[in-house]
Amino acid sequence: MGLVMPEFGLFFWMLVSFSILLWILKRFAWGPILKALSDRENLIIEALKSAENAKEEMKRLQSGNEKILKEAVLEREKIVKEARDLKESIIRDAKHEAGIEANKVMESARVTIERERVAAISDIKSLIANFSVEIAGKILEEKLADESLQKELVQNYIDKINLN
Amino acid sequence: MTKVLKSVLIVLFALAASANLLKASDELAVADTASAKKFNTGELIFGHIRDSYEWHITSFGHTHLSIPLPVIVYSSQSGMHVFMSGKFHHGTEEFNGFKIATEGKYAAKVVEIMADGTEVRPWDFSITKNVTSLFISIFILLTIFLSIAKRYRENFDKAPKGIQSWIEPLVIFIRDDIAKPSIGNDRYQKYLPYLLTIFFFIFLNNLMGLVPLFPGGANLTGNISITLVLALFTFVITSFSGSRNYWVHMVNDPGIPLWLKLPLPLMPIVEIMGVFIKPFVLTIRLFANITAGHIVALGFYSLIFIFSEKSLVAGYGISVISITFTVFMGILELLVAFIQAYVFTLLSALYIGMALETHESHA
Repeated sequence: MGLVMPEFGLFFWMLVSFSILLWILKRFAWGPILKALSDRENLIIEALKSAENAKEEMKRLQSGNEKILKEAVLEREKIVKEARDLKESIIRDAKHEAGIEANKVMESARVTIERERVAAISDIKSLIANFSVEIAGKILEEKLADESLQKELVQNYIDKINLN
Repeated sequence: MTKVLKSVLIVLFALAASANLLKASDELAVADTASAKKFNTGELIFGHIRDSYEWHITSFGHTHLSIPLPVIVYSSQSGMHVFMSGKFHHGTEEFNGFKIATEGKYAAKVVEIMADGTEVRPWDFSITKNVTSLFISIFILLTIFLSIAKRYRENFDKAPKGIQSWIEPLVIFIRDDIAKPSIGNDRYQKYLPYLLTIFFFIFLNNLMGLVPLFPGGANLTGNISITLVLALFTFVITSFSGSRNYWVHMVNDPGIPLWLKLPLPLMPIVEIMGVFIKPFVLTIRLFANITAGHIVALGFYSLIFIFSEKSLVAGYGISVISITFTVFMGILELLVAFIQAYVFTLLSALYIGMALETHESHA
């Protein structure tokens, strides 16, 4: 049977050309192709991993942001509260200061007024004394005509002055 | 509606085609009545599936259209001869003391005619139809894979495109579903180039064998010399990569009871026979599957001629069935083309994997 008997010529050509085919493909085709395939697979794995990492990072950042935001809100409230306290204390202090100052001014005004009053009274007193002396002098000039009357009068006035 | 129209057209076309064939065969029959030569199914089929010194394309009556191929023979008597097969005039004439034997042990082979009239077979290195087909398929494989490799080298990170996207799933399939599970994840890389090469070589040649016109139709993987070389490659690789454990287990497997080994080394004999049976089975399986497919398809066609020799009407009638079955066979052969390439690759990988097995992984 010719069909099942290997033919030497074909066997020879097949052996030679298949060996060459195998060598060329191994050297120039399968090497780069398989390397490229595994490189691409690694690339995809890496990309997926980094995407996962980025997602994680994002989540972390987000929760960080929330924390920061919360802290910021608390901080703001604190600051506002402090400001309000400060304002109140300033107002209170100012009121207090103003009260003290006003009291001081009032006191000094009162002292001044008292002093002025005392001075004015003493001025008036001296003026009255002068006027009195002048009036007395005039009266005296008129009344001196009658001596007894003069005396009575003088006496009278002097008494009255003493009463003041 | 268009579907029905289409199928009617297909049947009509098939009938027309078979009518042409019948006409041709009628002419042939008329021409051959003188020599009373009848239609010979066996000759037709074997003429198609066996190797030849010319690439026959078609015949018109007695005019044969074929591509002559170089004949390279070395004879111990007259030395080296190189000439085109056209010198034989389709096997009808002698040339330079050589002719294509018509009968006997060397039928359809080039023989040297000795002085005493006996026929002696020289060393035959002819570039036959199968060798030409082999070269063409290697050229196609190199063209495809070297151009793909260039693209892979330049932009590996891009998605595959064109023929690359046809090849890539197969490459990944062989790597992930054949090489890795059969050989093991850590050692498959070394054998992957070989497995890929045999897979694509067998697959391409199986497909080319299904194409009836040049450059297809040479039945390369259905030739036992080709499958023998492929199996020998697997055998050599398996034997040279065999671990110490593989050889020790072959002659002295600790898992087998002593009485099977000691007085008569029964199991070692079976094991050692297995080493040679494995490549033998690889050889026969691929050869037989592909050849059988061709024989069945051609057998269905031959039915037309066998029936039309009895009656022309029967010939027309049977042609519908024959063509339907041949189309079915053709589709089946497409599947077989892939399956046989897969099986050959898978078994090669399994044999290599078995040879590599160490004691740890065995247990």
